Amino acid sequence: MQTKMPETSSQNAIDVQNAVKRFGNFTALKQISLAIADNEFFTLLGPSGCGKTTLLRIIAGFDEVTEGSVRLYGEDLGALPPNRRPVNTVFQSYALFPHMSVLQNVGFGLEMLGSSSTEARECAGRMLELVQLSQFADRRPGQLSGGQQQRVALARALAPQPKLLLLDEPLSALDLKLRKAMRIELKHLQRETGITFIFVTHDQEEALTMSDRIAVMSEGELQQVGAAREIYERPRNRFVANFIGDTNLLEVTVDRIEGARATCHLGGGHALSCEAVDGVREGARVHLSVRPERLFATAEPAGPEALAARVVETVFTGTGITSIVELEQGPRLTLRSSNSERGNRRVFEQGAACFVNMEAGAGRLLID
Amino acid sequence: MARRSDLRAIPGFRALTLLCLFVLYAPLIVVTIYSFNASASITSWEGLSLRWYWDVFTGPESGKFKTAAANSFLIAISAATISTTIATLAATGMIRTGRFRARSLSFGLISLPLMVPEIVTAVATLIFFNAIALERGLLSILIAHVVFCIPFAYLPISARMQGIGPAYEEAALDLYATKRQTFTRILLPLMAPGIVSGYLLAFIVSLDDFIITNFVKGAGVETLPTAIFGAVKRGIQPNIMAISTLLLGLSILLVTLSWLVSKSDTTK
Amino acid sequence: MAAGAVGGSSASSTYREARGWLLLPAWSVLLFFSLAPVIMMLVYSFLTKEHRGGVIWEFSLAAYDQFFLDRGLFGDEPPRIQWTYIAIFWRSIWQAGAATLMSLAVGFPTAYFIATRPAKARPLWVFLITIPYWVNLLIRTVSMKFLLREQGPLNDFLLWTGAIDSPLQIVNTNLAVQLGLFYSYLPFMVLPIYAAVERYDFALSEAAADLYASKWTTLRRILLPAVKPGVVAGCILVFVPSLGSFLAPDLLGGARNFMIGSLIEEQFKGNAGNWPFGAAASMILLTLVLLLLLAFARQQARAERRS
Repeated sequence: MQTKMPETSSQNAIDVQNAVKRFGNFTALKQISLAIADNEFFTLLGPSGCGKTTLLRIIAGFDEVTEGSVRLYGEDLGALPPNRRPVNTVFQSYALFPHMSVLQNVGFGLEMLGSSSTEARECAGRMLELVQLSQFADRRPGQLSGGQQQRVALARALAPQPKLLLLDEPLSALDLKLRKAMRIELKHLQRETGITFIFVTHDQEEALTMSDRIAVMSEGELQQVGAAREIYERPRNRFVANFIGDTNLLEVTVDRIEGARATCHLGGGHALSCEAVDGVREGARVHLSVRPERLFATAEPAGPEALAARVVETVFTGTGITSIVELEQGPRLTLRSSNSERGNRRVFEQGAACFVNMEAGAGRLLID
Repeated sequence: MARRSDLRAIPGFRALTLLCLFVLYAPLIVVTIYSFNASASITSWEGLSLRWYWDVFTGPESGKFKTAAANSFLIAISAATISTTIATLAATGMIRTGRFRARSLSFGLISLPLMVPEIVTAVATLIFFNAIALERGLLSILIAHVVFCIPFAYLPISARMQGIGPAYEEAALDLYATKRQTFTRILLPLMAPGIVSGYLLAFIVSLDDFIITNFVKGAGVETLPTAIFGAVKRGIQPNIMAISTLLLGLSILLVTLSWLVSKSDTTK
Repeated sequence: MAAGAVGGSSASSTYREARGWLLLPAWSVLLFFSLAPVIMMLVYSFLTKEHRGGVIWEFSLAAYDQFFLDRGLFGDEPPRIQWTYIAIFWRSIWQAGAATLMSLAVGFPTAYFIATRPAKARPLWVFLITIPYWVNLLIRTVSMKFLLREQGPLNDFLLWTGAIDSPLQIVNTNLAVQLGLFYSYLPFMVLPIYAAVERYDFALSEAAADLYASKWTTLRRILLPAVKPGVVAGCILVFVPSLGSFLAPDLLGGARNFMIGSLIEEQFKGNAGNWPFGAAASMILLTLVLLLLLAFARQQARAERRS
């Protein structure tokens, strides 16, 4: 499935092997294998219902795998209950105990681990300093703003110094500005503490901003695992190409594969060349994904593969200009250029004829 | 306000609502007013007085009423305590243990005392105590009360528990608390308003019960309602109205408390 | 989050292993003191009566025979249908039905009115409606009797206004019992209807009005079908306890307006002292009520499937 099969090693923070999870007739996870390295900021990305939260709950110990195994630093977690795993969770709803003060909340884990209440309080105090909430120590969680509650939840989960921190869509309840600030803060906290983070989100931008590596999930399966850049620029299949960023999907037939290069043609016969991909053979009818920002329109062909087109619509979006063009043989493409002197090569009027050019290496063949 | 063409407003419905409230409250208000009547007769009004309240506590029948009140409160406190404990455990067993086959059966059993007409419960309980040769007295009353208080305690407690998402307990388990610690330190405090509300309702229901108590009490053992019923059978006397007003005030006080407590929801 | 909801792990199962222990007290108390007594009552209804209360452990159909068949004063005539007890049951059904209709007539508009108040004001209205329910039923019935009696405040008031010349005789009539039952269980009518109307989407009414339906037509053809389960629930909740009530007929109805409750009480607390007969009458009442509840449950299930 993945670009690289995970190797079992004690260096890995988490090793998931052939994990299957069924709820009655419903299969939430279909044979997932995944390795997450020590000290990694790893994101599980996918739409709701894709199984990412189920996987997180299995690692936390709230659910058990139906088949397969999960290892934490080489140790099989088996049916170990959540209170015996050195793993802490930041819940989507934060789940701050409403009947306890902020300080008591943060100190709860340490107290349960057997620290004296003075120790727990001192350590909780330090954690609150780390998230800059010392002045709210004696408040109830209900008296804090959403962003503050979020930081208390983080402090509470980090206080017992877990080997692994799980974050279940922790930013989804915050407004956009705060969310953006928290992304930076989370990334910073992860570097500072050196704890492995597993972050669950359905927000691709969030995933791209923070993660060392991303696993894209859909319908209980891993679609692709890789670094942010790799996943964006070299999507494996249509799901990944569509889910992350915007893209143009062109139906092509592969004519020839020579080494690392593939030549294919569109329905109308236009020839296009692109990088060859494992799993796509000569003669296959597949999709080619091209990001809108890697296409540009010119009055004259800029190269041999330029496609003749007509402009259907031009839309100003503030940071950029989006054009929709129709190729001679039918398919429509979306082009995006940034709203700057450098990026704004040329804006065409609606109905104008033009040529669409692809930057080198922009086209990506998808396996399905 | 939005009189012109408010679709929802139906002419006459406001008047009927006020009539409804009037019907519900008029008898209670009238009895409350007459309990302050200075007259020895219930038909004529002779001005305000606390005479009959004084009579309840010091008059010729005060001994009887005091014993009955002591019995009533003893039973109500015990029945409410036992039934609330049982109901809290049952609610946890029903709502915090996942799905299981006997669940709807259990719920049917818990709500059985609500479905069976009170007089039938009274007959059945009397017959059962007779069959197992349980002596009729305070204990038999207490057992009967615990049974019919369970659903009244259970309903607010389970409603509250359903309103508390599983995340708090998961967070506690995640933070190394054992299940027992999770129960006592997280679930119970969060449940407190529901438990208090259930306790108060069970207390009122026990304090108010007449029919079942009347069947299962032994000769000579009286609770407030049976004592009042006995007195009313000989005619409504002014002191009965004073007692009624006291009980009525207590019920309203407790229900209001229960309402206010259940409204204070810290998890939202 | 979503995966959990889809997969069905949303039902919390934190204390799965302790389930048995948690449910044990409730199960044992209710099985032993709620279900077993009903079964024992069934057994008693087939036993032989002992005079002045109690039973002799000897099988007998006498209780049911006495209920349904008339064999003459000395028990030697050919059996005919005994109408006395059936008539008491019939009167109870009639009285409870009348009280239910009265409650519906006042309860529906009240529930509707409350459900159309601003969301913030509704809990207080509902609370006002429920308070009287928590006041001792005995005290409420006594209050009703006090209000209605010949020289009571109601008659005083009506005489004073000149609406009547001589006091109305209400106590000891069927009407008094109906009023008493109506008053006792009115909140039970309001609450389920309120819940149904509150859930109702008034955009449907707006759509009907937009399509030229009048207010009354909209109420009858659009709202009423939508809230019917609530109305049926309210009627059941008033009818069932009214059927087996004891206090209202006993205190407000007098000797001529005997209902099932009094008939049963008489067998145990009064002079009749016929336990098997009392148990049989209770079984018949319970059967009626359970049949009604069963029909109700099926109706609600059907309504749920439709929506």
